[in-house]
Amino acid sequence: MTSMLTPRRAPRPPRGRPQLRTSYAQDMGLLNTPAKRRSTALVILAAFTVPFLVTDDLLLIFTLGLIASVGAIGLNLVTGYAGQVSLGHAFFLGLGAYTGAVLGGDPEGSVTGYGLPMWIWLPAAGVVAAIAGLIVGPVAVRLRGLYLAIVTLGLVFLGEHIFREARTLTGGPGVGRRGPDLELFGIDFAEAGSLFGLGLSRDQQQYLLALVFLIVFAILGRNIARSGVGRAFSAVRDRDVAAAVIGVNLTVYKVMAFAMSSFFAGVTGALYYAVVGVFEPGAFGLLLSIQYLAMVLIGGVATISGSIMGALFITSLPRIAQEIAHLFPIISTSTVGGGLINVFQFEAILYGLLIIGFLIFEPRGLFGIWMRIRNYWKGWPFSY
Amino acid sequence: MNQFAQAILNGFSQGAIYALLALGYVMIYKATHVISFAQPALMVCGGLFSYHLTAQIGLPFWPGLLLAMILGALLGMAVERLALRPMVGKPVFTLAIITIGVDIVLRIAANRYMGANPRIVTFPDGSRQYEFLGLSITHQRVALIAVTAITVVALVMFFRYAKAGLAMRATALNQETALAQGIRVGAIFALAWAIAGGLATIAGTFVAAGSAGMEQNTWIIALKALPAIIIGGLDSLPGAVIGGLAVGIVESLTAVYQPDVAPFLGANFALVAPYALMFLVLLVRPYGLFGTREVERV
Repeated sequence: MTSMLTPRRAPRPPRGRPQLRTSYAQDMGLLNTPAKRRSTALVILAAFTVPFLVTDDLLLIFTLGLIASVGAIGLNLVTGYAGQVSLGHAFFLGLGAYTGAVLGGDPEGSVTGYGLPMWIWLPAAGVVAAIAGLIVGPVAVRLRGLYLAIVTLGLVFLGEHIFREARTLTGGPGVGRRGPDLELFGIDFAEAGSLFGLGLSRDQQQYLLALVFLIVFAILGRNIARSGVGRAFSAVRDRDVAAAVIGVNLTVYKVMAFAMSSFFAGVTGALYYAVVGVFEPGAFGLLLSIQYLAMVLIGGVATISGSIMGALFITSLPRIAQEIAHLFPIISTSTVGGGLINVFQFEAILYGLLIIGFLIFEPRGLFGIWMRIRNYWKGWPFSY
Repeated sequence: MNQFAQAILNGFSQGAIYALLALGYVMIYKATHVISFAQPALMVCGGLFSYHLTAQIGLPFWPGLLLAMILGALLGMAVERLALRPMVGKPVFTLAIITIGVDIVLRIAANRYMGANPRIVTFPDGSRQYEFLGLSITHQRVALIAVTAITVVALVMFFRYAKAGLAMRATALNQETALAQGIRVGAIFALAWAIAGGLATIAGTFVAAGSAGMEQNTWIIALKALPAIIIGGLDSLPGAVIGGLAVGIVESLTAVYQPDVAPFLGANFALVAPYALMFLVLLVRPYGLFGTREVERV
């Protein structure tokens, strides 16, 4: 399509005129303004210095948040960009988690494990989930809107049942199994070690691994979104009949959206639960799907940076709820009785209220808030 | 044979609960084109209203149920007014997600009330057994089936003869045209939610009157009405009833026969059988058995 008409390498804008566009490729560039270039560099630099500034318990939350971001980007591809509402993300996450655990797990354990290295189990987890997405995709093509939402909800219940029953692979409910070993390029991320001559704790290493993982997949996601595929997704989302009329093959793109999203979910599941350690089938219920949906909605629909913000926010929500609970004595920190509500209930209520609140007051999510702040300062002092 | 007939009968009475819930989903869907994921919470709250009125305040069962239905209807209206009315005109997906949020918040409040003990509504003389043709059914199940039948008939009459019913049908057909005819569409939305709340309360009360009572994870039951409405078709009232009964019967038959016939499906497959059934139906008929096929206009 357009890529054939535009030169492979975009010409640089003339000196002193960084905002002047002379080609389409320039406009679609990954970092198409100097401000974006600088701020992205700053954010990445800041992200790399975080592990040396915060304590290890906080760092673990960030690590999980970074990994979950990839899953949120995946859900955003299918739900945000392609407009196919999926409540089935938990199923694909679970599929990835168990593929990773089985392929990379301890061969001597009580459950099946093949002890394969990480460079095999991580992509394999994505591929298995993507194949499941390919199988579900055609069903999605026949269904629209809320029918699809309910069917994917059914997928979660069926998936949970399968995970519960496949005891030799998953350990069964209440027991669970260990995730795969985290060892890549000879670096063991499961214990403290040194990287580039720098003494690092286990959590610091895992954080850096998660950060690199996220950067790779965020760029991949952004590239999908800004390419012809991404534009086709948006066309399908905005009006599928119109998209079909201008030559977008609905079947192909809907299936593709599901497969890509599932791939992201699969690798996320494998890595997330490798960091968590022990996990059990009950983890992949409807609540997990809702959490990922909340990440997308609170972060910002159809934005990559929004997915990351949302995922970081939602994964740190338990901690935030705990901090708030310490401030207000009416929220008890114990699980039984006492106080008006306990901290877990408070956390769940926060989920609900945040979803409702963001959808009503800020439908573009955290990304929308960021846009407002940015535009305020862009136009300052004439910001009205 | 007897075992088969008994399984069908049990499934039928369980299906009555799904049918009541499914009717609530369809009511809301027809009026507002939103699937309310808040229905589990309405069911749990409704059951707890009944529990509180009968067991705590001491009302007899039937007046308690009636009062609980009114409370359930008010709760439904409150949800509609506070969480959904501000969003009229937004994409239905957004509204559906908002109902998930509402569901979470309401269920936490309900869990807080319940605590760890199951709350059981005592149905007067509920465990008396009736025997006929070698089949047995409890008094309470008979009452449930009777109440469901009365509710369905009342709804049909309402839609056919009542002015508000006609207004609801008009709104379901086309909101703007209904508005132009002088129908207060907002009031219709509230009415749909009120009816859904009342139906959920009946379902919740009979769930709470069952042997297990109302527990923290009982809400899952209400989600099984979702396959029911998908099987029946999202916008079809008879479809909701038939879908609900079908789900109940399939679940009950699976519980009886699957451990022998297909043990590889694992224990408790009956709990997820409705979802499997839903997939099968959708592969053949993407808009359910009785749903209206969407017509695309460009």
